Amino acid sequence: MTTVLVQYGLLLAAALFLVGLAGVLFRRNLLFTLLSLEIMLNAAGLAFVVAASRWQQPDGQVMFLIILAVSAAEAAVGLALILGIHRESGTLDPDELSRLRG
Amino acid sequence: MVTLMWLIPAFPAAGFLVLSTLGRRLSRPACAVMGTSSVALSMIVSAVVAWGYLSPTLPRPLTTTALWQWMEIRSLSIGFGLHLDSLSLLWVLVVTGVGFLIHLYSTSFMSAQEGYGRYFAYLNLFIASMLLLVLADGLLLLYLGWEGVGLCSFLLIGFWYREPANSKAALKAFVVTRIGDTALIIGILLLYTRLGSGNIQELLSRASSQIPPGAPLAVAAAALLLAGALGKSAQIPLQTWLPDAMAGPTPVSALIHAATMVTAGVYLIARMNVLFALAPTVRFLVAIIGAATLILAGFSAASQRDIKRVLAYSTISQIGYMFLALGVGAWPAAAFHFLTHACFKALLFLGAGVIILNLGDEHDIFRMGGLWKRMPLVFATFLTAALSMAAVPPLTAGFYSKDWILYWVWNSGPSGPILWLLALLGIVLTSLYTFRLVFIVFLGPERSRPSGRPGALLTIPLVVLAVPAALAGFLETPRHLGDIRVFSRFIAQTAPVVEPAPSMPGMVVWLILVSEAASLLGILLAYLLFRRRLRVGEAAESLPQGAYLRRFWLAGWGFDWLYEQTVVRPYRFLSRVVGSEPLDWLYRGIGDLAVVAHRLLSLIQDGRIRRYAAGVALGAALILALVVLL
Amino acid sequence: MNGIVWISGAVAVISTLAAVTRRNAVHALLYLIVGMLGVAVVLFAFGAAFAAVLQVVIWAGAIMVLFLFVMMMLSLRTEKRAAVRLRAIIGPALLAVVLAVELMVVMTVAPPQPPAAAAVQPEQVGSSLYGPYAVVVELASVLLLVGVVGAFHLGRGREKDEGR
Repeated sequence: MTTVLVQYGLLLAAALFLVGLAGVLFRRNLLFTLLSLEIMLNAAGLAFVVAASRWQQPDGQVMFLIILAVSAAEAAVGLALILGIHRESGTLDPDELSRLRG
Repeated sequence: MVTLMWLIPAFPAAGFLVLSTLGRRLSRPACAVMGTSSVALSMIVSAVVAWGYLSPTLPRPLTTTALWQWMEIRSLSIGFGLHLDSLSLLWVLVVTGVGFLIHLYSTSFMSAQEGYGRYFAYLNLFIASMLLLVLADGLLLLYLGWEGVGLCSFLLIGFWYREPANSKAALKAFVVTRIGDTALIIGILLLYTRLGSGNIQELLSRASSQIPPGAPLAVAAAALLLAGALGKSAQIPLQTWLPDAMAGPTPVSALIHAATMVTAGVYLIARMNVLFALAPTVRFLVAIIGAATLILAGFSAASQRDIKRVLAYSTISQIGYMFLALGVGAWPAAAFHFLTHACFKALLFLGAGVIILNLGDEHDIFRMGGLWKRMPLVFATFLTAALSMAAVPPLTAGFYSKDWILYWVWNSGPSGPILWLLALLGIVLTSLYTFRLVFIVFLGPERSRPSGRPGALLTIPLVVLAVPAALAGFLETPRHLGDIRVFSRFIAQTAPVVEPAPSMPGMVVWLILVSEAASLLGILLAYLLFRRRLRVGEAAESLPQGAYLRRFWLAGWGFDWLYEQTVVRPYRFLSRVVGSEPLDWLYRGIGDLAVVAHRLLSLIQDGRIRRYAAGVALGAALILALVVLL
Repeated sequence: MNGIVWISGAVAVISTLAAVTRRNAVHALLYLIVGMLGVAVVLFAFGAAFAAVLQVVIWAGAIMVLFLFVMMMLSLRTEKRAAVRLRAIIGPALLAVVLAVELMVVMTVAPPQPPAAAAVQPEQVGSSLYGPYAVVVELASVLLLVGVVGAFHLGRGREKDEGR
């Protein structure tokens, strides 16, 4: 066990989250968007665990497990969709895929 | 005998009912007979009633016939009854007499027009309403008759409704008099609620006992009643409708807009003179309005081209004389002038009608001329009436009635002489424009040729009317010319006549001489300007100021223009604004706002998910900023 | 121990940054795996051994591999132009900086908190999973089922004689 302050753990989570956010905003490839999303989810889980370690409770890790399950399901479905999109329109550029407008 | 008086308005009312329902199916002669006989019967009954009223053998109470209960509102019960006294009897006789002659005249005048039955129906309704007005014993019933004559005026001015200008003139008449009518009903209701009764006699006695002179109630009520009278009698500021009302058939102009309806205001004020005596400021206002109107209308009459418009302005001017008389408390003199005016003005109009008819609907006097040779009878009767209107002694009724008014005005207190001076100027103007008309229409070179001679039905009324136009003056003559007091004794049965004493002994003679000189001066001026074409007249007109003045007077001193700018235009603008339903703007605005918001928001939805993600991040940043800063 | 946390944290951040900015997808994926391993070390350092193992086995081991499969199937080419162009990102970059600052402020407002002295044992986690959080576990399994079925259906592709 470390004596690094919880704050710094949370800061690490925040930094990772922002990196993931930057990836979502900046990349022009849906696959990279999904990847960055994974990074963000990971960061959120990290934050949960670090916070729970302060109180010495297992709830944080339970939450981490749930987030993991969600991320897995979402990655699976998302990748299936990406395959479909690639088949249909041949491009994975989100800026090109903008027919759902109103 | 007097109890038969309910028949007087009943006959023409029945005539209206028959003609309005069956008129289209009846033949022309049948319509004529129906229409004329109902008024004839009414006239006969009036004569009988008058004989009964005046007969010295029978007791002579002020007779009231209660007919039925009209309304009952809590403690206020309004009856439907008729009241006869010398004032209403005078009006009844004039209305039925002149009315009958005009009906007779109309049978021939309107024979070539369509809508014959409709015409007589309206005319009968008018007579019935007018009679109801003057015979009413309560103010609300009077108002019923008042509205009735207004309605008939509208219907008859716009008789030839296919021509839009006629309908506009009718509407104008109705709207302008409506303004007065509204004031009138407010005044009536004020009197009802404050004095607790609508019966005129009761009202007047309660007013004189309960209201101190000059009290606000009296002033308010009198002012409102005055406003109503101004509208109906076409005095300033509500006089603009009468010249345009000449769009109706000439007999209509003769009956309604010369002899009877326009005198309803005079009747009202004369009837309620007790109330006006309690509000001296309002009464003085009546005099001022009368004086102003008679001068303004005189100038306008002298510059018109249309023969009927000359006579219309002349009517306004003569009623101004009646108002002037009422304003100085000389209501008997006003009533006398009403009598003489009805005779000679109706005669003038009927004569003008014959001329118009025989010249093929020509109204412009500058296209007439030299008609004295072709239409001698018309000329003779017209001249009689003209002399009467110009008040030229000794054989003209107008002279005696006007003189009585002037005598009363002069002796009416501190402002008397000024008003008298104005009235004198009015006399000059009157004879000026009257004889301008005579000289241009009847003398001078012939410009249009009349088509044949008028028939008996047209000429008999002219002759019959010429008699009282000349001789009716002898009912009341000044002291030095016979001192006949028939009229004042007759009218005194309604209320005592208090004639002012002359300020100086020789005053009466002096006044007569001056007014005589004034009327002769007017004739002389007319002769010089219009017969001899004196250079002065033409020179004055060639100046730009002269031409401007001429146009100004022609347009009736610009009242129409004034009302157009200040009343009509803003009203039309307002009605457009309100007509676009401003209250709906709120609700429509909500809907429009939703649509606009929708359009704006749908711009954001462009289907690019990176933008959406950026939006989410932005929102998160903002919320966190709130957390951080607060 | 503290030094390891710092170093692994730095490694995690740097490698995820790299993962986000690579032009080749597989390179990015590899960098990401490294980053996840770094996070696992941090998790372990904070006394969450169970979470650390889950991180390595499932996240780095299953989900990333899934990504790899799909990349192979798509046979993605190296992106020609730079992943990020300066002009296009100035707005979002600003946004990210703002967020970063705010997060830092929020997280450092509280007084300094050291982690608890003892680690949380896997037994504790297990008994809470089977105890109070049993329903949540069931829900998570349903979610996974949905994910499986959905991914199967969506990724199937259109069959030749499927009319509509």
